[in-house]
This record gives sequence, C-alpha cells and structure tokens, in this order.
Amino acid sequence: MAATDTTGTQVMNYREALRLALREEMERDERVFLMGEEVGVFEGAYKVSAGLMDQFGEDRVRDTPISEEGFVGAGVGAAMLGERPVVEIMTLNFLLVAMDQVINHAAKIGAMFGGEVRCPMVIRTPNGAGNQLTAQHSQSFDGWFAGTPGLKVVTPANPADAKGLLKAAIRDEDPVLVIENLPIYKEKGEVPLDPDFVTPIGLAAVPREGTDITIVSHSFATVRALRVADKLAEERDVSVEVVDLRSLRPLDVETIAQSVAKTNRVVCVEEGWPSYGVTAEIAARIGKACFDDLDAPVERVGMAEVPLPYAKGLELAAMPNEDRIAAAVLATLGMGPGAA
Amino acid sequence: MAATATPTSSALDPAVRRDLYETMVLSRVFETEAERQYKAARIGGYCHLSSGQEAMTVGAMHALAEDDLLVTGYRSHGFALARGVSPEAVMAELFGRVDGCAHGRGGSMHLLDPSRGYYGGWGIVAGQLPIATGLALALRRQGKDQAVLCELGDGAVNMGAWHESLNLAALWDLPVVFLVVNNRYGMGTAVERASAEPDLYKRAAAYRMHGERVDGDDLDTMIEAADRLLGVARTEHRPAVLEAVTYRYRGHSVADAGLAYRTKDEIAEHRERDPISLEAKKLRDAGVSQEELEAIDTAADDRVAAAVQAALDSDEPSTDRLAYGMHALGSDEQFARMRPGSAFGEEALTFDAGLGA
Repeated sequence: MAATDTTGTQVMNYREALRLALREEMERDERVFLMGEEVGVFEGAYKVSAGLMDQFGEDRVRDTPISEEGFVGAGVGAAMLGERPVVEIMTLNFLLVAMDQVINHAAKIGAMFGGEVRCPMVIRTPNGAGNQLTAQHSQSFDGWFAGTPGLKVVTPANPADAKGLLKAAIRDEDPVLVIENLPIYKEKGEVPLDPDFVTPIGLAAVPREGTDITIVSHSFATVRALRVADKLAEERDVSVEVVDLRSLRPLDVETIAQSVAKTNRVVCVEEGWPSYGVTAEIAARIGKACFDDLDAPVERVGMAEVPLPYAKGLELAAMPNEDRIAAAVLATLGMGPGAA
Repeated sequence: MAATATPTSSALDPAVRRDLYETMVLSRVFETEAERQYKAARIGGYCHLSSGQEAMTVGAMHALAEDDLLVTGYRSHGFALARGVSPEAVMAELFGRVDGCAHGRGGSMHLLDPSRGYYGGWGIVAGQLPIATGLALALRRQGKDQAVLCELGDGAVNMGAWHESLNLAALWDLPVVFLVVNNRYGMGTAVERASAEPDLYKRAAAYRMHGERVDGDDLDTMIEAADRLLGVARTEHRPAVLEAVTYRYRGHSVADAGLAYRTKDEIAEHRERDPISLEAKKLRDAGVSQEELEAIDTAADDRVAAAVQAALDSDEPSTDRLAYGMHALGSDEQFARMRPGSAFGEEALTFDAGLGA
C-alpha cells in the first residue's frame, strides 16, 4: 500500500501518480467510481488502476464490455444524477466510437439545458505514438475536443501534474477530458503526497525559463521540448523557455503571451497533426495577443500529415522528433542551416 | 401482442381516468397550437409533434412513479406535459423565452425538469439510451428502488447505442424500461423497410431481457404494461423493452407534410381508432356526459391559450448571458487567462450570471 506520509514528495512514475490520484479521490468521495475496459480484473491495459479493484470492489472499479459509446454515455447519465464517474478509455483512438456521447451529449448538458443539470464526469485516456502501433492506434487529436465549448481538456506532461490535474478533474463540476500519454506513463518525477494537492485547471506552467525563444507545448511534446532545450543550451548556447499548456480548454493565453513578450520568438509543438490542430490555435492566439512582440513568424512542429506508418524508420520520420523541433527553434532564431 | 392479461377499462378510478383524459386532450390541443405557432414563426428549429400518440404517452407517465426518472428523445412535448411540466414552461421553451423549462436554451427537442425526474429530451437518435442506462446505474449505486423510463422511437433500435445500452442494462441488472414508441415510421422510413426484425420487442431476447409489444393506443393497456415492467425494474432491478404500437398523425416534424411515404387513407384509417376518441367512449360508457367532455376540451383550449400568452409575456434571454449554464459556478476563474487577445468572446463569458437568465 502507499505510504501514509502525506507531507513532502515522493518519486514515482506517471501511471503511479494517476493511480494515487484515483485512490485518494475514491477514498475521499464515495461518489467517485472508475469504469472502463479491463480496469478491474486485468488492472488496466496500462496498469493505471492496478490494485484498485482489490481495495474498492467491483462496484467502484467496474469492468465494462467493449462498448465505449454505451459506457461513456452511462457515465454521463450517472454524473447527471450526482455520481462522479471516471471513465477510462483504453486509448484516445477508441474515444472516436463514443464521440456522440462526448460532443453531442456531455459537452451540451450545462448550456443546452439552461444550467438546470450538470455533468461532473471525467474521461481519461492516453494519446501518443512511437511503438509502431500504426495508423489506427497512434493518434493525438486533442484539439478536436479542446475546440468544443462545454468540455474542459487537460493534458498532464509529468507525474505531479498527472496527479494534480486528474484530482482537479474529478473535483470539477463539469465534464473534463484528461488526456494522458503512452510514452510518459513510465516517466518518473517528484509527486506531492498531500491528498489535497491539485493542479488548477486553466493554468499553464513554465517548467524551464529562458530568454531567447519560447516553445509552447503540451503532453509528450513538453517532454520533447525540455530535452531540446537542454540540448540547445549545451550545444548552441541558446536559452529556451518552455511553456507547458497543461490545460487546452480553458487555455492559458496569458502565460503564453507573457513568455512571447519576453523572448519575441516562438515555436509551437504538438504530437498531433498541425493543420487545424492545437498549434494552429496557439499560433492564431499569439498572432492576436503578441503581434507587436514578434521578431519572427510563429513556427509549428507536429506529426507529419499522414496516417502514421508501421515501419520504424517511417514512424520516426513522421513524428515531431527532437531533431525536427531543434531545427525549427534554430531556424526561428536565424541560426539554422544557411544562416549567416 | 404478448400474452398478458387484458386489462379491463374499469381498473382505473373514474376520477383518475378523467384526469388522464384531460391530459390527453391537453397534449393534443397543445400540439395543434404548437403547429399553428410554428407556422406563425413564433417557434423555430425542429418541432416534432405527437398527435395520435396520447394514450401511449399519458399511460406511460401515469405508470411512472413520482420518484422514477424519465428520459426521452425529441418528440417529447406530450411527455413533459404528462409528467407535470406546466404548459407555460413548455410553450415558453418553444418560444425561446427565459421562463422556458431550459430557459430558452433547449427548444422543442431539449425539454427537461430535473425536479420531476425528467432528465431531458435529447436530439440525437438513440443518444439518450446510454444516458438512461447511466441514470439507472446511479440509482443502483445509490441503493434506491426507483426506475428509469427511457423513451425512444422505432428508428432508434437500429443504432449501436441501442445494442450497447441494452447489453449493459441487462448485464448490470439496471432498473430501466426502454419504451419503444413504434409509430410505424422512423422519419419517412417504414419499420419494415428499416428493421430486419420488425417485431422490435423480440430484440430484447438477445440480451435475455423481457420484451413485449402492446397496443399503445389503448390507455388501459399502456398503463398495465408500463406499470408492471416499471415495477419489475424497481423491485427486481431487471430491465425490459416495452414496444408500444401507435401512430403519429402529423409528419416527422412540422416541416414534413407526412404524405411522401404514406397515404391519406392510411392516416384516416388510424384516425378512426383515435386514442382520445377511445377514451372518450370509455368515459361516456361510465356515465360522463357529452357536455362534460366538451368542457374538458374547452378547458384545454383555455389552458393552452394561457400558455401562449405566458410565453409571449416572458422575456427573451439576455444576450449578455450567452454562456449561461455552460460551465459550473467558479469556472470563470479557470477561463480568465484565456482572454488576452481574445477574438472569440471569452472576455465576455459569464458562466455564473445567476439563475433564470
């Protein structure tokens, strides 16, 4: 069992941080229950819910059939009656078959019914690519959801935020989509043990301060951005500031604008396709909020706009890898190949 | 028809029967007036009328206990009225006014009244089924012996959400009765042209669930079946499918004349077995005079006229409350940092601008 010490922090990986958040919230509030495919007996396709069925029983850690539309909708209904369902979708790709319940139902309830009823539910699911999972299992269309009024969308990029944002989502009165990430599940970090620690929704973070250029990113792109920042500091003496959005809706434009006002140059990075994507939205916001601050056009890096291929070399080439991000940063600084 | 005991028309208390008749007449008059107001451009959007389906609706609502829950599709004016939502609140909603049951945000398809256990009229075919299943799941989790009635049309049974919901409801022993309103046409497509198994109730068997078909145009039959299946749901936590065969006189919506896919003769034939006329005959047989029946008609006319006037008197929603209700109280703080350079109205979003706006 988890340590009973609730002060300080403990190093754990992202999935353990999510599990701690679930355990704490289920201990705190009987209305919270977890539902999804393989969450119970199998302990989660990615083992996030390991041990929870033993602790909380089959009612509160509820295995479902492969019926995303059915059990996402069941979460909507249960939330309308005051329960606090946390619905796990095995990966973001599979949320597509429940899209009607997410977009046409959960997101509409507050406004469409004139505030007469609320839908305090959480859907949590990982996006991500990189294990040769190919076209149908490697997608990050986070922006599709973040573009929908009525939803809140958060995307933790480290274990502490995984715990803090999931807890904030569970305590929120509105439907919140928590987009986790496959490659980050094993990443370790310091996680506060305080059961009342939450990461506020709608607040970006600046995990690395810098002066030359800003990288705006979320989810796994933030992990990549921090690696690129380290590399460029060492190899090219470039000072990169990284803004981790953490929350896509609400979006913290203020933190982005403050950073761009300082660095005057910005590269937006995402794991999804850039066209009509998160970086498109960020670039448009920067264009309006930071017009007088920019010394270079806003640059974007994302997934190559193809269904992701299987062959390892093709997959690596398609992804917004660190080489591509570093090249975009240098080009935006006028330090790319061919620069004087 | 399923082999169940035929109810006798004397089972209902005469005063109750008269009340139910009043509700049926109110529903018919309301729908007739809604069509008139739609054509007068006071009602916009889609407007799906249920004239002809009154025995099904009022019977099901009579069987629904006060603390039971209701979810419907979008042909729901009659359900709202029979559940006790005032004609004023329904008409004001159709008019898009602040005193509407969804404060002018929902319109014809999205009526609701959580205080009466009515969790919504929903506009996507079969989308309400998973939600009804979830309401029933919540009831079980809360240890309550209440039931959910989930109305759907005959077209909804060919959606994946139907299959997923019935499977979950049966698998998890959830107290939900799926009321399939078979009015013969999903929009303009006849049941036989849409469903490989047109005996829709038989599909329940795939989930080891009870299913039966009843004459939805006979009030007593509807009450008996709905009461029995809701009772099983409440006490034994077993779901069921209740297929009520009825007929809608008007088109799919006000915009549909309803004649491209059926004949005037067919409609006339169904009108000869009108559910309100059937009830009127039962009342007359029980000694209610023609004058009393006409007084009920007049009272319904007056009631609906008053609802129209109340809707007209109700304010239009203030445009500075555009985002009203979208997010819970306190969310404005979460959205505060979205405002710099906003071109999309975030600076004006007011999530907690007070009730009733």
